[in-house]
Amino acid sequence: MAKQYETVIGLEVHVELATKTKIFCGCSTRFGGAPNTHTCPVCTGMPGSLPVLNKQVVEYAMAIGLAANCEITRICKFDRKNYFYPDNPQNYQISQLYLPIARNGYVEIGTGKTKKRVRIHEMHMEEDAGKLVHDEWDDTSIVDFNRSGVPLVEIVSEPDMRSAEEVLAYLEKLRMIIQYLGASDCKLQEGSMRADINLSVREAGSDKLGTRTEMKNLNSFKAIARAIEGERQRQIEILESGKEVIQETRRWDDNKEYSYAMRSKEDAQDYRYFPEPDLVPVVIDDAWIEKIKAEQPEFQDAKISRYREEFGLPEYDAQIITSSIHLAKLFERAAALCSKPKKVSNWLMVETLRLLKEHGMEPEEIRFSPENLAKLVELAETGTINSSVAKGVFEKMFAADMDPEAYVKEHGLKTVNDEGELNAVLEKVIADNPQAAADYRGGKEKALGALVGQTMKAMKGKADPGRVNQRLREMLS
Amino acid sequence: MANKISDETIEYVGILAKLELSGEEKEKAKSDMEKMLDYIDTLNELDTEGIEPMSHVFPVNNVFREDVVRNTDGSKDALANAPLAKDQGFKVPKTIG
Repeated sequence: MAKQYETVIGLEVHVELATKTKIFCGCSTRFGGAPNTHTCPVCTGMPGSLPVLNKQVVEYAMAIGLAANCEITRICKFDRKNYFYPDNPQNYQISQLYLPIARNGYVEIGTGKTKKRVRIHEMHMEEDAGKLVHDEWDDTSIVDFNRSGVPLVEIVSEPDMRSAEEVLAYLEKLRMIIQYLGASDCKLQEGSMRADINLSVREAGSDKLGTRTEMKNLNSFKAIARAIEGERQRQIEILESGKEVIQETRRWDDNKEYSYAMRSKEDAQDYRYFPEPDLVPVVIDDAWIEKIKAEQPEFQDAKISRYREEFGLPEYDAQIITSSIHLAKLFERAAALCSKPKKVSNWLMVETLRLLKEHGMEPEEIRFSPENLAKLVELAETGTINSSVAKGVFEKMFAADMDPEAYVKEHGLKTVNDEGELNAVLEKVIADNPQAAADYRGGKEKALGALVGQTMKAMKGKADPGRVNQRLREMLS
Repeated sequence: MANKISDETIEYVGILAKLELSGEEKEKAKSDMEKMLDYIDTLNELDTEGIEPMSHVFPVNNVFREDVVRNTDGSKDALANAPLAKDQGFKVPKTIG
């Protein structure tokens, strides 16, 4: 029988923090400026410049650490990681090796019915490197230091994951925690969240870890899943052929669906860490930790339970709405305003998701306000407008946020509840469609539909279809 | 000198420092490093049992900066001494990164 293998995976996740300024200088972290416009002597490594730590970086790192059940290191320090590369102007990266800000935590992931803990080994603060753009024209590289010094938190897990599915669940969990904290937008495609994967395989049942490789350059959830499967197969093939896996860093090429070894002897990984002499220790007392704890938001799991209990939402709906902090906030505000949480949820789950998908938009890009959504729910629920008009108004509101009440008024979309006006139209419709009226009287139920349609058309959609249906039956009986 | 630096060590340190050393320079660097290690040996004679390693001389903690943008466009100064520049960026030999 063929041998069974188990995949063992640990992750190093880099998250770019959402601070306004860089970790050690007052330069903007804004993405997309012209090359080197967000630079100063500190983040370009000029001799004699001195770093000063951004307090917000420490607070975001503490918040993420606490949310992931970590112990906060009371005295933490920075270290220098030495290496030469053109994107690293100081020839060292300021990072944390010996006393990282948070240690020994865990997050809970749920794949299917089983809940599982993924332990966090440690989290540390560090600075990002600059960006290299390869110039095909003259075979050189252009260095832009706008990203140099952008704050990162690196989250190192224990090798607790066993499948691509678990890895994705873990990443999603981190992303949710960090987005809820507002500490980062965590976009893999844009590089504000990056994952390096440490993977090894071993025979099922063994408790000894195999030799691992590290895989870099994974910038989508799909690429991560493919890279895990590819590397698992590669290592199994090596072991099956009686050879040994070499511990190395590999770069995943998602187009070729293959990874290749990155480092050579000329690139020896010997970082000669030593304590950073230009930065003083960070001492964190109880009061500071308590303050950060007090500021923690209600996280996704707690929100899901509350939505189910307090508002009676199905688990699936609660899951979808809370998967974006923006959507969750929109829901809560609108529900509080109109006191119809289920109706608000329906508008988000059906029409909003449909339009988002249609336009290829993220929930964060929703433009309409909770106030206007609440107003629309009221208009629809009180029967002021009928459901198809409400849908139309919602689409307008989605395209450009506007007050649905004012819109309905301005465009005369209110459902006509004037019985006299309705009766006059109904009589005319029956008179104009003698065949349909006769068919219905003769027992053809379907003929009524045509008459309802004609009436709605004559009233420009502003009638209540249920009422029209009922009145027609009465008049034709 | 009590400490000996091997040819391999010098070669390795050279790679890490991205330096190409001539035979003569290697010998000189070896001798320098041996002297440094000897000096460390002198320091090691002290009894440091139970003493926390110190990374800073002054008893100062928690020096922070508020998260407020203070710097404006620094590209001109940053590139002022660049040996080669293109499109407002530093031009360097081709690097895959």
